[in-house]
Amino acid sequence: MGKRVGMEVSIAAAEAVKQVDVDVISAYPITPQTHIVEHLSELVANGELDADFVPVESEHTALSVCMGSEATGARSFTCTSSQGLALMSELTYITSALRLPIVMILANRTLSGPLSIWNDHSDVMSIRDCGWIQIFAENGQDVYDQVFCAYKMAEKREVLFPVIINMDGFTLSHVIEPIELIDQEKIDAFLPPYDPLYRLHPDHPITMGAFALPSIFAETKQAHEVALRASVPHIVDTWKAFGEMTGRRYTPIETYKAEDAETLLITMGSFGETASVAVDMMRQEGRSVGLMKIRLWRPFPFEDFKKAALRAKNLVVIDRAVSVGGPGGPVASELKAALFGEDQRPMVYDFVAGISGRDVSPSDFVKMVDKAEIEIEEGNKEGFEIYGVRG
Amino acid sequence: MTKPESEWTWKELTVGNVVLEPGNASQYRTGDWKTLIPILDKERCVHCGLCYIFCPDMAYNLNPEGYFMVDAYYCKGCGICAKECPTGAIKMVVEEEK
Repeated sequence: MGKRVGMEVSIAAAEAVKQVDVDVISAYPITPQTHIVEHLSELVANGELDADFVPVESEHTALSVCMGSEATGARSFTCTSSQGLALMSELTYITSALRLPIVMILANRTLSGPLSIWNDHSDVMSIRDCGWIQIFAENGQDVYDQVFCAYKMAEKREVLFPVIINMDGFTLSHVIEPIELIDQEKIDAFLPPYDPLYRLHPDHPITMGAFALPSIFAETKQAHEVALRASVPHIVDTWKAFGEMTGRRYTPIETYKAEDAETLLITMGSFGETASVAVDMMRQEGRSVGLMKIRLWRPFPFEDFKKAALRAKNLVVIDRAVSVGGPGGPVASELKAALFGEDQRPMVYDFVAGISGRDVSPSDFVKMVDKAEIEIEEGNKEGFEIYGVRG
Repeated sequence: MTKPESEWTWKELTVGNVVLEPGNASQYRTGDWKTLIPILDKERCVHCGLCYIFCPDMAYNLNPEGYFMVDAYYCKGCGICAKECPTGAIKMVVEEEK
């Protein structure tokens, strides 16, 4: 077992990036991502990490630099939040189309406006369809571990997709947690050096990023769609291998006291831990409530989700972003769509909660379950609300 | 790949749509963009090569008889050659009526 230390989660994330021995880091500072890249720049400046740290004038350039370095076969890392992600968003679609296995940590923060620095998932939902693998971490250990898993899965020949590791801003990024560090020899055995399928090299000229005519574009999208879906078993295998090494087992969908539950809370990210406390409270009162945590958001694990969801009567989905003027929260609308083809399906009640860092305590989760169960009982089939709004 | 791009299936694409063969932009038929095509009057041509120099698509080539002739596979029909020709030897005509 590795050493267990108290460490700010951002610092642990940066230490993990050091341990995977990246070649190039390019990033622009933005709250709440800052501590990660600050620590990485120190590690490079101190000579502890042999990598190029490329300071740039914008996030647009940060991801562009990483795409260039990754295309030459250099393991690359970037990190951002909120407006920074918005500024780099046009590149995110290109990164995945080029199948460059870059890893990005996204310290999730609200997209303005109003201007806010606090945590929710509106930033990542703005690039939901960018074609990357998208993972949500639940706690500090999860963030640290996912860095190794992300590079491992991304660089597999059968995968070759970039990965976003979502970590809730402040709630995770600025909190000191006990982290079990993994010995370097184990990491070296787990993650071999990156061996690219194609790379830019003057001796073997190839073209990356050529344009596509209407006569071929649809075929490229089909190839992207099939390949991203087909990466699911390789993601699962990566987590299995990591579990065998560390004892910490990650799956696309995790459940807690869900097997016999009539009502399931569904969360992504750090809300999972708080919600599990709420589930314990409700179970003590004899209520039939469980929890489902979505770790893998893209490619979406439809089969695993349905397996867990179809046993329940009610799904209480906690969204952390709003599709304004649309069907509510992005997670709930997606889950509803996933269930549409089923003859017997649970009712879905959608709460948008904890946007822009507003605290959601275990008792809030209990209140949401109370409300959803009553509304569904009374026949409300379109349940959606922004939780806790005054007035 | 020998067959035209418009016949490739999605399974035949390289990972990341990487182009492995250098110089294959020459396969791209820009000639089907045009409505007008330059026609050369050899009687008036003085072999100056200005059409060859000004053509933005390098669609002009010198033939064995010493005339610069347009390659319809690439010519987009912009008409710059006709505009620049000092003797008025090049005329733009509707391709369909040629």
